[in-house]
Amino acid sequence: MSFYLTYFAIGIGLFAFSAVFALVGVYAERKVSAFIQDRLGPTETGKFGMLQTLADGLKLIQKELIVPAAADKLLFIMAPAIIFIAVYMGFAAMPWGPGLVPTSLNLGLYYIFAIISIETLGILMAGWGSNNKYSILGSMRSVAQIISYEIPAGFAIISVVMIAQSLNMQTIATQQGILSTESVKFFGFWDVSKTGGIFAWNIFRAPHLLIAFVIYFIASLAESNRAPFDIPEAESELVAGFHTEYTGMRFAFVFFSEYSMMFLVSMISVVLFLGAWNTPLPNIGAVHLADWTTGNGWGIIWILIKSLTLVGIQMWIRWTLPRLRVDQLMNLCWKVLTPLAFACMLISGIWRIVLM
Amino acid sequence: MNNKVINGFTTAWKGLSLTIRHLFASNAKRKVIPASDNNYFKQLEGTNTIQYPKQSIPVPEVGRYQLDVEIDDCIVCDLCAKICPVSCIDIESIKATEVIGQTSDGSKKMLYAAKFDIDMAKCMYCGLCTIVCPTECIVMTNQYDRTVFELSDLTYKFSDMTAEEAAEKQALLDKQLAEKQAAKLAAMKQKEGGV
Repeated sequence: MSFYLTYFAIGIGLFAFSAVFALVGVYAERKVSAFIQDRLGPTETGKFGMLQTLADGLKLIQKELIVPAAADKLLFIMAPAIIFIAVYMGFAAMPWGPGLVPTSLNLGLYYIFAIISIETLGILMAGWGSNNKYSILGSMRSVAQIISYEIPAGFAIISVVMIAQSLNMQTIATQQGILSTESVKFFGFWDVSKTGGIFAWNIFRAPHLLIAFVIYFIASLAESNRAPFDIPEAESELVAGFHTEYTGMRFAFVFFSEYSMMFLVSMISVVLFLGAWNTPLPNIGAVHLADWTTGNGWGIIWILIKSLTLVGIQMWIRWTLPRLRVDQLMNLCWKVLTPLAFACMLISGIWRIVLM
Repeated sequence: MNNKVINGFTTAWKGLSLTIRHLFASNAKRKVIPASDNNYFKQLEGTNTIQYPKQSIPVPEVGRYQLDVEIDDCIVCDLCAKICPVSCIDIESIKATEVIGQTSDGSKKMLYAAKFDIDMAKCMYCGLCTIVCPTECIVMTNQYDRTVFELSDLTYKFSDMTAEEAAEKQALLDKQLAEKQAAKLAAMKQKEGGV
């Protein structure tokens, strides 16, 4: 029976992690946006305003849960739960260290990709259930956007999977460092299985994977509804998009899942392209930096640093680039990213046959 | 097509490098200098926020914000109340039975100000009252920050008379008027009697 306890512990641990990350993430976002715009951000609640998000959370817990009279009540009430659970479930297959993965699924990547797509359903439910023209417009845009961007994201992922020959996140992660059981070649010519470090990361295994990484990163911005692809929320035109009518904890959960989604997509790109929990430090001669900095504890540190860097870049982009128009969005997706992703997949196949 | 892609990346990078410069430049606190300073509009680096209650931009001593009345200098001529475009000044005067004093510029005071209220919530800060005042007792000060919990607290009361004092002076005036009336009646009677 004790393994059930482990399951619960892991589930609660991941939930606690995403909650803490949402608190820190919102605070970081507010500070980053403030500094970029030469403001100060929250300064009053706690030292440097660090308790601001906690105070916001407490406020949201106390608020009334309002259901609009004309809303489709069942859909309206269920939507935030579905949105959050979809993102939260995605963490189940993410590896944190060499022997540290909640579930080592052999279809891990496929599972994550599928479960994240459920979020679309939640967003559509939220928009439709609100019975508000702005909400439905926002959720329609969101669905169109997420479904479109899953294609380039999917093909960018497939080009990695063809190189790695596995859908298991842990296997893909292991291949990118010194623990790899097969030979890893830097750009296809230099065997770095014993050197490890940054040279063994997937973006350096084949040059086109760097492009695949950029494609996936752009698509992941769109999938998590982040600027410059934030037309589903579009404060200036749609009030707040699909979550206009939500109050209290329901709103908090929608917000929560946005930040969890940011971290999840960053973590997926880290696992697929940036060496997962592997160290960026290579073995150089007698200095075995990679050997010394590989392990479960180090794994958590490395994957956190890498994912948080990507999250930081997402925030930096959000506060720099203006929002794309719907036609520009679709143009970028279908005419630029999708063909490029197809090309990457094709090159992956040739690379696998010719060079590996 | 290629040009467009390159252009897209270079312009995006331009914006991103600009924002990251600002991200790290914001550590410098804003220096509080008055608007008259030569550098006031050149402060491009660092944060722009003035943390108001803790910091504030110095305003000139001759700032023209809230109204203040030196009631000892007021001759209760009512000119300010008459010129006020929004009627925010409310004055009630009681005639004195004799000259009650002098203002600092030597004008005689003949009236008591039983009530001298200025509703700062209505005031539009035009300053006309300060221009018409013959004794320059109503002035604008450099105080601009006043927060109250009751709207009625924004009605500034400048009269230094209590209600009892006002009633007393009114009684005195009534008595004097009555005496005058009586004297007048007596004089008229005498006149009639004389004819």
